[in-house]
Amino acid sequence: MNKSRRSFLKVAGFSAFALTSGMAALSGVAQAQIAPGKYERAANALHAKRWGMVIDTRQFKGPEDYKPLIQACHSFHNVPHIPDNQDIKWLWLDSYAHVFPDDMNAHLNTHTRESMYPLLCNHCTNPPCVRVCPTQATYKMDDGIVAMDYHRCIGCRFCMAGCPYGARSFNFKDPRKFLANPVPNPEYPTRMIGVVEKCTFCAERLAVGQMPACVEAANGKILFGDLEDPNSTVRQALATNYSIRRKPSLGTQPGVYYLI
Amino acid sequence: MYNAKAVIVGIVIFVALFTSPFWLSMMGQDYKSTGIELPKGEKECIEDVQFMRDQHMRLLNEWRDEALRKENRVYVATSGKKWNISLQNTCLKCHSNYKEFCEKCHTANGVDPYCWTCHIIPQGSK
Repeated sequence: MNKSRRSFLKVAGFSAFALTSGMAALSGVAQAQIAPGKYERAANALHAKRWGMVIDTRQFKGPEDYKPLIQACHSFHNVPHIPDNQDIKWLWLDSYAHVFPDDMNAHLNTHTRESMYPLLCNHCTNPPCVRVCPTQATYKMDDGIVAMDYHRCIGCRFCMAGCPYGARSFNFKDPRKFLANPVPNPEYPTRMIGVVEKCTFCAERLAVGQMPACVEAANGKILFGDLEDPNSTVRQALATNYSIRRKPSLGTQPGVYYLI
Repeated sequence: MYNAKAVIVGIVIFVALFTSPFWLSMMGQDYKSTGIELPKGEKECIEDVQFMRDQHMRLLNEWRDEALRKENRVYVATSGKKWNISLQNTCLKCHSNYKEFCEKCHTANGVDPYCWTCHIIPQGSK
Protein backbone atom coordinates (compact mmCIF):
# COMPACT_ATOMS: atom_id res chain seq x y z
CA MET A 1 0.00 0.00 0.00
CA ASN A 2 1.43 3.27 -1.06
CA LYS A 3 -1.41 5.74 -0.88
CA SER A 4 -0.83 9.38 -0.28
CA ARG A 5 -3.06 11.25 2.14
CA ARG A 6 -4.30 13.29 -0.84
CA SER A 7 -5.46 10.32 -2.92
CA PHE A 8 -7.11 8.71 0.12
CA LEU A 9 -9.13 11.85 0.84
CA LYS A 10 -10.16 12.04 -2.83
CA VAL A 11 -11.49 8.49 -2.83
CA ALA A 12 -13.16 8.89 0.57
CA GLY A 13 -14.85 12.12 -0.45
CA PHE A 14 -16.09 10.73 -3.73
CA SER A 15 -17.42 7.57 -2.05
CA ALA A 16 -19.26 9.60 0.58
CA PHE A 17 -20.86 11.71 -2.14
CA ALA A 18 -21.84 8.66 -4.21
CA LEU A 19 -23.36 6.93 -1.18
CA THR A 20 -25.37 9.88 0.09
CA SER A 21 -26.66 10.98 -3.31
CA GLY A 22 -27.70 7.40 -4.04
CA MET A 23 -29.49 7.27 -0.68
CA ALA A 24 -31.45 10.42 -1.49
CA ALA A 25 -32.59 9.01 -4.83
CA LEU A 26 -33.58 5.70 -3.21
CA SER A 27 -35.61 7.34 -0.45
CA GLY A 28 -37.55 9.18 -3.14
CA VAL A 29 -38.42 5.88 -4.77
CA ALA A 30 -39.49 4.38 -1.46
CA GLN A 31 -42.18 7.03 -1.02
CA ALA A 32 -43.51 6.77 -4.55
CA GLN A 33 -47.19 6.21 -5.09
CA ILE A 34 -48.30 2.64 -5.68
CA ALA A 35 -51.46 3.26 -7.67
CA PRO A 36 -50.95 4.22 -11.32
CA GLY A 37 -53.85 6.68 -11.20
CA LYS A 38 -54.27 10.07 -9.54
CA TYR A 39 -55.96 11.27 -6.36
CA GLU A 40 -58.25 14.27 -6.08
CA ARG A 41 -61.03 15.76 -3.98
CA ALA A 42 -64.65 15.28 -4.85
CA ALA A 43 -66.16 18.11 -6.90
CA ASN A 44 -69.03 18.61 -4.44
CA ALA A 45 -66.85 18.61 -1.28
CA LEU A 46 -67.32 21.50 1.14
CA HIS A 47 -64.19 23.51 1.90
CA ALA A 48 -63.16 25.83 4.71
CA LYS A 49 -59.95 27.27 6.07
CA ARG A 50 -61.08 26.42 9.58
CA TRP A 51 -64.35 24.64 10.30
CA GLY A 52 -66.23 25.80 13.36
CA MET A 53 -69.56 25.28 15.09
CA VAL A 54 -71.88 27.67 16.89
CA ILE A 55 -74.54 26.08 19.12
CA ASP A 56 -77.44 28.39 19.93
CA THR A 57 -78.35 26.89 23.31
CA ARG A 58 -81.05 29.57 23.81
CA GLN A 59 -83.22 27.84 21.24
CA PHE A 60 -83.13 24.46 22.98
CA LYS A 61 -85.78 24.31 25.68
CA GLY A 62 -84.51 21.25 27.54
CA PRO A 63 -82.45 18.06 27.35
CA GLU A 64 -85.21 16.42 25.27
CA ASP A 65 -84.51 18.88 22.44
CA TYR A 66 -81.00 17.49 22.05
CA LYS A 67 -82.14 13.86 21.80
CA PRO A 68 -82.79 13.86 18.01
CA LEU A 69 -79.31 15.33 17.42
CA ILE A 70 -77.59 12.68 19.49
CA GLN A 71 -79.73 10.03 17.81
CA ALA A 72 -78.81 11.34 14.33
CA CYS A 73 -75.08 11.39 15.14
CA HIS A 74 -74.90 8.04 16.87
CA SER A 75 -76.97 6.15 14.33
CA PHE A 76 -75.03 7.65 11.40
CA HIS A 77 -71.66 6.72 12.89
CA ASN A 78 -72.69 3.39 14.45
CA VAL A 79 -71.87 4.60 17.96
CA PRO A 80 -72.93 1.97 20.51
CA HIS A 81 -74.71 2.71 23.77
CA ILE A 82 -73.04 0.85 26.63
CA PRO A 83 -75.01 1.36 29.84
CA ASP A 84 -72.14 1.90 32.29
CA ASN A 85 -69.00 4.05 32.64
CA GLN A 86 -67.54 2.49 29.48
CA ASP A 87 -70.07 4.21 27.24
CA ILE A 88 -68.92 5.69 23.91
CA LYS A 89 -69.60 9.41 23.56
CA TRP A 90 -69.53 11.46 20.36
CA LEU A 91 -72.27 13.92 21.23
CA TRP A 92 -73.59 13.99 24.80
CA LEU A 93 -75.05 16.27 27.48
CA ASP A 94 -73.74 17.56 30.78
CA SER A 95 -74.55 20.23 33.37
CA TYR A 96 -73.30 23.83 33.40
CA ALA A 97 -70.89 23.19 36.29
CA HIS A 98 -69.18 20.39 34.36
CA VAL A 99 -69.22 22.05 30.95
CA PHE A 100 -67.98 25.50 32.01
CA PRO A 101 -66.05 24.84 35.24
CA ASP A 102 -64.17 28.16 34.98
CA ASP A 103 -67.50 29.85 35.81
CA MET A 104 -66.28 33.20 34.49
CA ASN A 105 -69.46 35.12 35.39
CA ALA A 106 -70.51 34.62 38.99
CA HIS A 107 -74.14 35.73 38.90
CA LEU A 108 -75.58 34.24 35.74
CA ASN A 109 -79.31 33.68 35.43
CA THR A 110 -80.63 30.43 36.85
CA HIS A 111 -81.80 29.12 33.48
CA THR A 112 -78.24 29.17 32.12
CA ARG A 113 -76.93 27.56 35.28
CA GLU A 114 -79.50 24.78 35.36
CA SER A 115 -79.53 23.88 31.67
CA MET A 116 -77.88 20.88 30.11
CA TYR A 117 -75.35 21.56 27.33
CA PRO A 118 -74.39 19.45 24.32
CA LEU A 119 -70.77 18.35 24.25
CA LEU A 120 -68.59 17.08 21.44
CA CYS A 121 -64.97 17.20 20.34
CA ASN A 122 -63.97 20.87 20.19
CA HIS A 123 -61.60 20.42 17.23
CA CYS A 124 -59.11 22.72 18.92
CA THR A 125 -56.65 24.92 17.08
CA ASN A 126 -53.98 23.63 19.49
CA PRO A 127 -55.16 20.08 20.14
CA PRO A 128 -53.33 18.46 23.10
CA CYS A 129 -54.50 15.01 21.95
CA VAL A 130 -52.52 15.39 18.71
CA ARG A 131 -49.39 16.45 20.57
CA VAL A 132 -49.40 13.39 22.81
CA CYS A 133 -50.38 10.73 20.26
CA PRO A 134 -47.28 8.54 19.82
CA THR A 135 -48.37 7.03 16.48
CA GLN A 136 -49.95 10.04 14.76
CA ALA A 137 -53.21 8.15 14.75
CA THR A 138 -54.90 11.43 15.61
CA TYR A 139 -53.89 14.50 13.63
CA LYS A 140 -55.10 17.95 12.63
CA MET A 141 -56.10 18.48 9.02
CA ASP A 142 -55.66 21.68 7.02
CA ASP A 143 -59.31 22.61 7.52
CA GLY A 144 -59.00 22.53 11.32
CA ILE A 145 -60.67 19.18 11.87
CA VAL A 146 -58.94 16.93 14.41
CA ALA A 147 -59.30 13.54 12.79
CA MET A 148 -58.61 9.95 13.78
CA ASP A 149 -57.08 7.06 11.85
CA TYR A 150 -58.30 4.01 13.76
CA HIS A 151 -55.94 1.77 11.77
CA ARG A 152 -53.02 3.39 13.54
CA CYS A 153 -54.46 3.67 17.04
CA ILE A 154 -52.65 1.41 19.49
CA GLY A 155 -55.04 2.14 22.35
CA CYS A 156 -52.50 3.80 24.66
CA ARG A 157 -55.12 6.40 25.72
CA PHE A 158 -52.59 9.25 25.99
CA CYS A 159 -55.05 11.35 23.97
CA MET A 160 -57.77 10.72 26.54
CA ALA A 161 -55.45 11.96 29.26
CA GLY A 162 -54.44 14.91 27.08
CA CYS A 163 -57.95 16.04 26.13
CA PRO A 164 -59.24 18.55 28.71
CA TYR A 165 -62.82 18.09 27.49
CA GLY A 166 -63.32 14.35 27.95
CA ALA A 167 -64.24 14.14 24.29
CA ARG A 168 -62.56 10.79 23.69
CA SER A 169 -63.89 7.34 24.48
CA PHE A 170 -62.04 4.05 24.64
CA ASN A 171 -63.50 0.82 23.35
CA PHE A 172 -63.05 -1.40 26.38
CA LYS A 173 -65.39 -3.91 24.75
CA ASP A 174 -66.15 -4.94 21.19
CA PRO A 175 -68.61 -2.19 20.13
CA ARG A 176 -70.43 -4.50 17.71
CA LYS A 177 -71.87 -6.44 20.66
CA PHE A 178 -73.78 -3.30 21.65
CA LEU A 179 -75.02 -2.45 18.14
CA ALA A 180 -77.97 -3.85 16.27
CA ASN A 181 -77.21 -6.43 13.58
CA PRO A 182 -77.21 -5.14 10.84
CA VAL A 183 -75.67 -1.93 12.16
CA PRO A 184 -77.72 1.29 11.95
CA ASN A 185 -75.66 2.66 9.03
CA PRO A 186 -74.09 -0.08 6.84
CA GLU A 187 -72.30 2.61 4.79
CA TYR A 188 -70.10 3.57 7.76
CA PRO A 189 -67.64 1.31 9.59
CA THR A 190 -67.77 0.49 13.27
CA ARG A 191 -64.72 0.60 15.52
CA MET A 192 -62.96 -2.35 17.14
CA ILE A 193 -61.99 -3.20 20.69
CA GLY A 194 -58.91 -1.33 21.90
CA VAL A 195 -59.13 1.90 19.91
CA VAL A 196 -60.10 5.42 20.98
CA GLU A 197 -62.84 7.24 19.10
CA LYS A 198 -64.51 10.65 19.04
CA CYS A 199 -66.56 13.10 16.99
CA THR A 200 -65.07 13.75 13.53
CA PHE A 201 -67.01 16.95 12.69
CA CYS A 202 -68.47 14.63 10.03
CA ALA A 203 -65.41 15.00 7.77
CA GLU A 204 -66.80 12.14 5.64
CA ARG A 205 -70.08 14.03 5.12
CA LEU A 206 -68.35 17.34 4.32
CA ALA A 207 -66.34 15.46 1.70
CA VAL A 208 -69.54 14.67 -0.20
CA GLY A 209 -71.16 18.08 0.22
CA GLN A 210 -73.32 17.37 3.27
CA MET A 211 -73.47 19.24 6.57
CA PRO A 212 -72.68 17.31 9.78
CA ALA A 213 -75.45 15.01 11.03
CA CYS A 214 -76.17 17.01 14.21
CA VAL A 215 -76.28 20.31 12.29
CA GLU A 216 -78.75 18.82 9.83
CA ALA A 217 -80.92 17.45 12.64
CA ALA A 218 -80.87 20.77 14.54
CA ASN A 219 -82.81 22.71 11.85
CA GLY A 220 -80.74 25.89 12.11
CA LYS A 221 -80.21 25.82 15.88
CA ILE A 222 -76.60 24.79 15.29
CA LEU A 223 -74.53 26.71 12.75
CA PHE A 224 -71.54 25.26 10.98
CA GLY A 225 -69.10 27.10 8.74
CA ASP A 226 -65.73 28.70 8.13
CA LEU A 227 -64.37 30.63 11.13
CA GLU A 228 -61.79 32.34 8.92
CA ASP A 229 -64.40 33.78 6.58
CA PRO A 230 -65.93 37.00 8.03
CA ASN A 231 -69.06 36.54 5.91
CA SER A 232 -69.84 32.98 6.99
CA THR A 233 -72.95 32.28 9.07
CA VAL A 234 -70.86 31.25 12.08
CA ARG A 235 -68.87 34.48 12.05
CA GLN A 236 -72.06 36.51 11.60
CA ALA A 237 -73.62 34.74 14.58
CA LEU A 238 -70.52 35.29 16.72
CA ALA A 239 -70.36 38.95 15.72
CA THR A 240 -73.94 39.66 16.78
CA ASN A 241 -74.33 37.40 19.85
CA TYR A 242 -72.56 36.75 23.15
CA SER A 243 -70.72 33.44 22.96
CA ILE A 244 -68.60 31.36 25.30
CA ARG A 245 -66.23 28.44 24.78
CA ARG A 246 -65.22 25.62 27.09
CA LYS A 247 -62.16 26.17 29.29
CA PRO A 248 -60.75 29.08 27.26
CA SER A 249 -57.95 29.64 29.79
CA LEU A 250 -56.21 26.45 28.65
CA GLY A 251 -55.32 28.01 25.30
CA THR A 252 -56.50 25.11 23.17
CA GLN A 253 -58.73 27.48 21.14
CA PRO A 254 -61.84 25.30 20.74
CA GLY A 255 -63.76 25.44 17.46
CA VAL A 256 -67.15 24.97 19.17
CA TYR A 257 -68.91 28.11 20.44
CA TYR A 258 -71.98 28.29 22.68
CA LEU A 259 -74.49 31.15 22.48
CA ILE A 260 -76.05 31.51 25.94
CA MET B 1 -11.34 -45.05 -1.41
CA TYR B 2 -12.09 -46.77 1.92
CA ASN B 3 -15.54 -48.25 2.29
CA ALA B 4 -16.41 -47.17 -1.25
CA LYS B 5 -19.67 -49.13 -1.24
CA ALA B 6 -21.02 -47.55 1.93
CA VAL B 7 -19.87 -44.08 0.94
CA ILE B 8 -21.49 -44.22 -2.51
CA VAL B 9 -24.74 -45.63 -1.12
CA GLY B 10 -24.65 -42.87 1.48
CA ILE B 11 -24.15 -40.20 -1.16
CA VAL B 12 -27.02 -41.58 -3.25
CA ILE B 13 -29.36 -41.63 -0.25
CA PHE B 14 -28.31 -38.10 0.69
CA VAL B 15 -28.91 -36.74 -2.83
CA ALA B 16 -32.27 -38.51 -3.04
CA LEU B 17 -33.42 -37.06 0.29
CA PHE B 18 -32.03 -33.63 -0.46
CA THR B 19 -33.87 -33.37 -3.77
CA SER B 20 -37.02 -35.11 -2.52
CA PRO B 21 -39.17 -31.95 -2.52
CA PHE B 22 -38.61 -31.64 -6.27
CA TRP B 23 -39.52 -35.29 -6.94
CA LEU B 24 -42.58 -35.12 -4.70
CA SER B 25 -43.86 -31.98 -6.37
CA MET B 26 -43.37 -33.54 -9.80
CA MET B 27 -45.37 -36.59 -8.80
CA GLY B 28 -47.87 -34.67 -6.74
CA GLN B 29 -50.87 -32.59 -7.73
CA ASP B 30 -50.73 -29.59 -9.95
CA TYR B 31 -51.19 -26.08 -8.57
CA LYS B 32 -54.83 -25.63 -7.79
CA SER B 33 -56.45 -22.29 -8.39
CA THR B 34 -58.23 -20.88 -5.34
CA GLY B 35 -61.45 -20.93 -7.37
CA ILE B 36 -62.62 -17.51 -6.29
CA GLU B 37 -65.90 -16.29 -7.70
CA LEU B 38 -65.57 -13.02 -9.56
CA PRO B 39 -68.43 -10.53 -9.31
CA LYS B 40 -71.08 -11.34 -11.86
CA GLY B 41 -71.97 -8.69 -14.40
CA GLU B 42 -68.82 -6.64 -13.77
CA LYS B 43 -66.08 -6.63 -16.41
CA GLU B 44 -63.41 -4.31 -15.01
CA CYS B 45 -61.96 -3.51 -11.62
CA ILE B 46 -60.44 -0.09 -10.97
CA GLU B 47 -57.09 -1.16 -12.43
CA ASP B 48 -55.99 -4.26 -14.39
CA VAL B 49 -56.27 -7.72 -12.87
CA GLN B 50 -52.55 -8.28 -12.37
CA PHE B 51 -52.16 -5.00 -10.47
CA MET B 52 -55.18 -5.70 -8.28
CA ARG B 53 -53.96 -9.21 -7.50
CA ASP B 54 -50.45 -8.08 -6.57
CA GLN B 55 -51.06 -4.71 -5.02
CA HIS B 56 -54.62 -4.45 -3.70
CA MET B 57 -53.43 -4.43 -0.09
CA ARG B 58 -50.94 -1.66 -0.71
CA LEU B 59 -53.49 0.22 -2.78
CA LEU B 60 -55.95 0.02 0.13
CA ASN B 61 -53.31 1.39 2.51
CA GLU B 62 -52.64 4.22 0.11
CA TRP B 63 -56.36 4.91 -0.29
CA ARG B 64 -56.71 5.05 3.49
CA ASP B 65 -53.92 7.62 3.87
CA GLU B 66 -55.07 9.75 0.92
CA ALA B 67 -58.69 9.80 2.06
CA LEU B 68 -58.17 10.24 5.80
CA ARG B 69 -55.13 12.49 5.92
CA LYS B 70 -55.25 14.46 2.66
CA GLU B 71 -59.02 14.49 2.10
CA ASN B 72 -58.49 13.10 -1.41
CA ARG B 73 -61.53 10.88 -1.55
CA VAL B 74 -61.65 10.34 -5.32
CA TYR B 75 -59.33 8.05 -7.26
CA VAL B 76 -58.86 8.73 -10.97
CA ALA B 77 -57.89 5.41 -12.55
CA THR B 78 -55.57 5.12 -15.55
CA SER B 79 -58.69 4.59 -17.68
CA GLY B 80 -59.86 8.05 -16.58
CA LYS B 81 -62.79 6.66 -14.63
CA LYS B 82 -63.35 8.22 -11.19
CA TRP B 83 -63.90 6.05 -8.15
CA ASN B 84 -65.04 7.03 -4.69
CA ILE B 85 -62.34 5.93 -2.24
CA SER B 86 -64.09 3.53 0.10
CA LEU B 87 -63.50 -0.13 0.88
CA GLN B 88 -67.02 -0.57 2.17
CA ASN B 89 -68.94 1.49 -0.38
CA THR B 90 -66.88 1.01 -3.55
CA CYS B 91 -64.90 -2.27 -3.41
CA LEU B 92 -67.53 -4.31 -1.59
CA LYS B 93 -70.37 -3.07 -3.78
CA CYS B 94 -69.06 -5.28 -6.63
CA HIS B 95 -67.12 -7.77 -4.54
CA SER B 96 -70.17 -8.47 -2.44
CA ASN B 97 -69.50 -12.17 -1.88
CA TYR B 98 -67.03 -12.18 0.99
CA LYS B 99 -66.89 -15.97 1.43
CA GLU B 100 -66.26 -16.80 -2.23
CA PHE B 101 -63.99 -13.88 -3.07
CA CYS B 102 -61.94 -12.36 -0.22
CA GLU B 103 -61.86 -15.25 2.19
CA LYS B 104 -61.03 -18.06 -0.25
CA CYS B 105 -57.86 -16.36 -1.45
CA HIS B 106 -56.82 -15.12 1.98
CA THR B 107 -57.22 -18.60 3.41
CA ALA B 108 -55.25 -20.19 0.55
CA ASN B 109 -52.42 -17.71 1.11
CA GLY B 110 -52.50 -17.99 4.88
CA VAL B 111 -53.15 -14.31 5.52
CA ASP B 112 -55.58 -13.01 8.10
CA PRO B 113 -56.32 -9.33 7.48
CA TYR B 114 -58.41 -7.68 10.20
CA CYS B 115 -60.35 -5.33 7.91
CA TRP B 116 -63.66 -6.74 9.11
CA THR B 117 -63.39 -5.88 12.77
CA CYS B 118 -64.47 -2.38 11.68
CA HIS B 119 -65.49 -2.46 8.00
CA ILE B 120 -68.76 -4.18 7.43
CA ILE B 121 -68.99 -7.24 5.22
CA PRO B 122 -72.00 -7.17 2.89
CA GLN B 123 -75.04 -8.86 4.37
CA GLY B 124 -75.69 -12.49 3.60
CA SER B 125 -72.12 -13.47 2.83
CA LYS B 126 -70.88 -14.22 6.33
